[in-house]
Amino acid sequence: MKYSDYYAALGVERGASAEQIKKAYRRLAQKYHPDVSKEPEAEARFKEISEAYQTLKDPAKRAAYDDLGTRPQGEEFRPPPDWARQHGAGEGSFSFEDLDFADLFSRFGARGERGTDFGGHAGMPGQDFEVPVEISIEDAFRGTTLELKLQMPEYDASGRVRRVPHTVKARIAPGAVDGQRLRLPGKGGKGFNGGRDGDLYLDISLKPHPLYRATGHDLYVDLPLAPWEAALGASVEVPTPAGAVTLKVPAGTSSGRKLRLAGRGLPRPKGNPGDLFAVAQVVVPDKLSPRERELYEALGKESAFVARRHFAERA
Amino acid sequence: MSVDTEVVWLDEHATISLDELLQVSGLAREELLELVQGGAIPVLETRGASYYFSARVISVARTACRLRDELELDVAGLAVALRLLDRVQSLEAEIAQLRAMLPRV
Repeated sequence: MKYSDYYAALGVERGASAEQIKKAYRRLAQKYHPDVSKEPEAEARFKEISEAYQTLKDPAKRAAYDDLGTRPQGEEFRPPPDWARQHGAGEGSFSFEDLDFADLFSRFGARGERGTDFGGHAGMPGQDFEVPVEISIEDAFRGTTLELKLQMPEYDASGRVRRVPHTVKARIAPGAVDGQRLRLPGKGGKGFNGGRDGDLYLDISLKPHPLYRATGHDLYVDLPLAPWEAALGASVEVPTPAGAVTLKVPAGTSSGRKLRLAGRGLPRPKGNPGDLFAVAQVVVPDKLSPRERELYEALGKESAFVARRHFAERA
Repeated sequence: MSVDTEVVWLDEHATISLDELLQVSGLAREELLELVQGGAIPVLETRGASYYFSARVISVARTACRLRDELELDVAGLAVALRLLDRVQSLEAEIAQLRAMLPRV
């Protein structure tokens, strides 16, 4: 396993008092708590400081940690053979296989905080997990089956925790949108000694799409129009997640006009599907041929249209 | 490995009771009641003396539990934090909607 320097994670000296450790944790937790922080890497940083604090705030765990000595952060090591027994973390053989550094100390926690040994009768519920999942707009439209590969902590018969790889396969019905949360009951960490299994929560977000922009169940797509299509009206093909449809662009359509294709957005699990809005953008060629230039110049001379009339009216 | 995993959508179409919310949130009954009665966790329906909620609030209540445990906030602090987080989420949703309307061309 890899050594973690818990004092460095909290930014305190090894001889820091319990009060100094608590203050350091609170300061860092307020800065990096993933529910309130916009700091980059907040979640990973909070995990580090939380893991450090769980051990250093408890005098027995801190003594056990200190007995491991000072090592460089991330160094591969194994605790001395009698370390677990000396600190009352277990009788008999103690396997460090499949354990990570945090699991080493959670073993003490399960014993101390619940006032029961691992062989006791108190059931311990499994841990809940929350996992962010990114899906494409196409998957949100058609529905998808997710195959999540997770490392779940599991307790053996004597209450020893170890990380076990799990694959959870879940069918997501059409209509999940950004911010949708899903609960998979009993698919979190296994309970111990009769405790219920934890739940797995999925936080869905939609991947950016090269064409569509989603807001709730509505989709927006840019609709570039040639000047004559915008002025005269046109029938144009517009892509939708269900396939292209023909849209009648009314004559006199300016840039920014939203043309609504009712029910062509993302489906809702219950209720009407969202809409797709094609947003008109009048575009012109970068370069004109001599003939095109002639025609535009003739149009400019003939037309009574004043594009910026409102400047004079509102100035 | 089967595909018949139960998937519960935490949206307005699913309703849960106070006891169910207690079980999945990890909050104590008194804490949850104080957050509910103070309006930080919205009630969908009251039947007699029982509260029912939209399943959306499961994530709100779980956030409250995390903030209690990890930032050591009391219930008054949780209520303020939940209201501010709700405002942040509404504003972020509004920004996302306005961005969706902006052309990329």
